[in-house]
Amino acid sequence: MTEASLYLLQQIINGLTIGSTYALIAIGYTMVYGIIGMINFAHGEIYMIGSYVSFIVITGLLAMGSFALPLVLFIALLVAMLIASTYGWTVERVAYRPLRGSNRLIALISAIGMSIFLQNYVALSQGSRDVALAPLISGSVLELGSLETFEVTLSWMQLLIWVVTLVTMTALTLFISRSRMGRACRACAEDLGMTNLLGIDTNRIISLTFVIGAALAAIAGLLLGLYYGVINPFIGFMAGLKAFTAAVLGGIGSIPGAMLGGLILGVTEALTAAYFPSEYKDVVAFGLLVTILLFRPTGILGKPEVEKV
Amino acid sequence: MLELKNVNTHYGQIQALHDVSIKVNKGEIVTLIGANGAGKTTLMMTVCGDPHASSGEILFEGESIQRMSTSQIMRKGLAVVPEGRRIFSGLTVAENLHMGAYFSDKAAYEAQLDHVLGLFPRLKERYHQRGGTMSGGEQQMLSIGRALMSHPRLLLLDEPSLGLAPIIIQQIFEIIERLRSEGVTIFLVEQNANQALKIADRGYVLENGRVVMSDTGEALLTHDAVRKAYLGG
Ligand SMILES: Nc1ncnc2c1ncn2[C@@H]1O[C@H](COP(=O)(O)OP(=O)(O)OP(=O)(O)O)[C@@H](O)[C@H]1O
Ligand SMILES: [Mg+2]
Repeated sequence: MTEASLYLLQQIINGLTIGSTYALIAIGYTMVYGIIGMINFAHGEIYMIGSYVSFIVITGLLAMGSFALPLVLFIALLVAMLIASTYGWTVERVAYRPLRGSNRLIALISAIGMSIFLQNYVALSQGSRDVALAPLISGSVLELGSLETFEVTLSWMQLLIWVVTLVTMTALTLFISRSRMGRACRACAEDLGMTNLLGIDTNRIISLTFVIGAALAAIAGLLLGLYYGVINPFIGFMAGLKAFTAAVLGGIGSIPGAMLGGLILGVTEALTAAYFPSEYKDVVAFGLLVTILLFRPTGILGKPEVEKV
Repeated sequence: MLELKNVNTHYGQIQALHDVSIKVNKGEIVTLIGANGAGKTTLMMTVCGDPHASSGEILFEGESIQRMSTSQIMRKGLAVVPEGRRIFSGLTVAENLHMGAYFSDKAAYEAQLDHVLGLFPRLKERYHQRGGTMSGGEQQMLSIGRALMSHPRLLLLDEPSLGLAPIIIQQIFEIIERLRSEGVTIFLVEQNANQALKIADRGYVLENGRVVMSDTGEALLTHDAVRKAYLGG
């Protein structure tokens, strides 16, 4: 392979890695929007909290020693998912449910308020400076090309991100398409009132979507935290915006759309940063958002709003 | 089985039901007729708690239900075929039916599924098709089938014949009579007053949110004022 194509391949690998985590976060936006039609602006903060919890658990367990690394990561993942879910659930109960049925703008303001609150709450309790974690997973699975020209590497960390994302998305897809509650989620997304008329407590289904979204954001929080090695209380804002862009790109409300949108956005960003000054990557990402909103507001896989009979 | 006592319902400032009192006895087919905008749908949905009655009492099998949430009420043993069918168009026929039996155990679900597919063989043919791709008549059958999946003792139907071909309407009315013979109590809202009154034991006439007349189906069918207003003279 030529040097140029090796370079391109590397950017695609990097893009798919970041894109996977966008996709994980985007699920939370898309599922909540699909059912109650609101943008949960505090969702990025849930991701950030997931990162913090994983860092705290990992640091703590490593300090105690005597645990194998995979076990440490697994425990950190479970704890982060659990705590982030609790936050996700609580945010809905406290800040959104009381406002349901009122003006959309009011719910949006409440969501922005919640987002600022969570940011400052973490900044106050954990400090607002960067927290770093020494790389835990090093080495690469695959190396292509040679050092003299250009070497393509797929690191173990990247592979871990791919595998965890793939497993999570497969589990989510099976849950939504096969399980009784997953079916109820889809029914709620189509007609919340009718689902209620079948005796189903739709408030519980709404809570469930917040919990699932938060748990997936926490997975992304752990993975990206390990990948970059540094977190701070403000990472949720940008990550949230990117994931939201991914959700809109794929078609907000659509779960496969969020997955696809995340990957497309990740790769687009990586390619932009590779061939243009890297400051352009956010410009391109949000340019993409504006373009989609202007020309195809339903996104790639979103259905046009069907008129209800 | 179902009793409404002096029920009033408001949409914000607008009062849609005024002091409505209605009774549906076990095993009966009771119909509610009235012009567009009379409040028929409002009355039926008030029973389901969506919207809630602003005053008055609603009793289902002797229990006062007007303060319960919609989902609580709908788990009591009644089911609704709402105006406009409201099937889940992205879900398959099988999934729609499953949604109707959300709280049934496997045995009850399978028994009721057999029963519903027996009533509507068409649904069996379309079993794995998405609800939204079916014809209007098939969708109405699915909406009724979905309601029946919970094995309700009382079935509320809101204009099940609306927009359907005469032959399908005929089928739907036959199914309603058959359900009654199987022990399901029926409360039927219809604009198709002629056919509804023919199968009904009793009927109520609603005008501007008020019950203005109630009698046996037969009596209403031959009543002059009713004939003029709802049966085309
Ligand atoms: N969601 C709502 N908000 C405000 N007003 C409503 C609402 N739903 C119905 N109404 C009003 O309440 C009155 C009764 O409406 P309803 O739908 O119950 O009538 P209906 O008898 O079912 O009519 P149709 O035969 O057309 O179905 C109407 O004046 C209607 O405009
Ligand atoms: Mg109506």
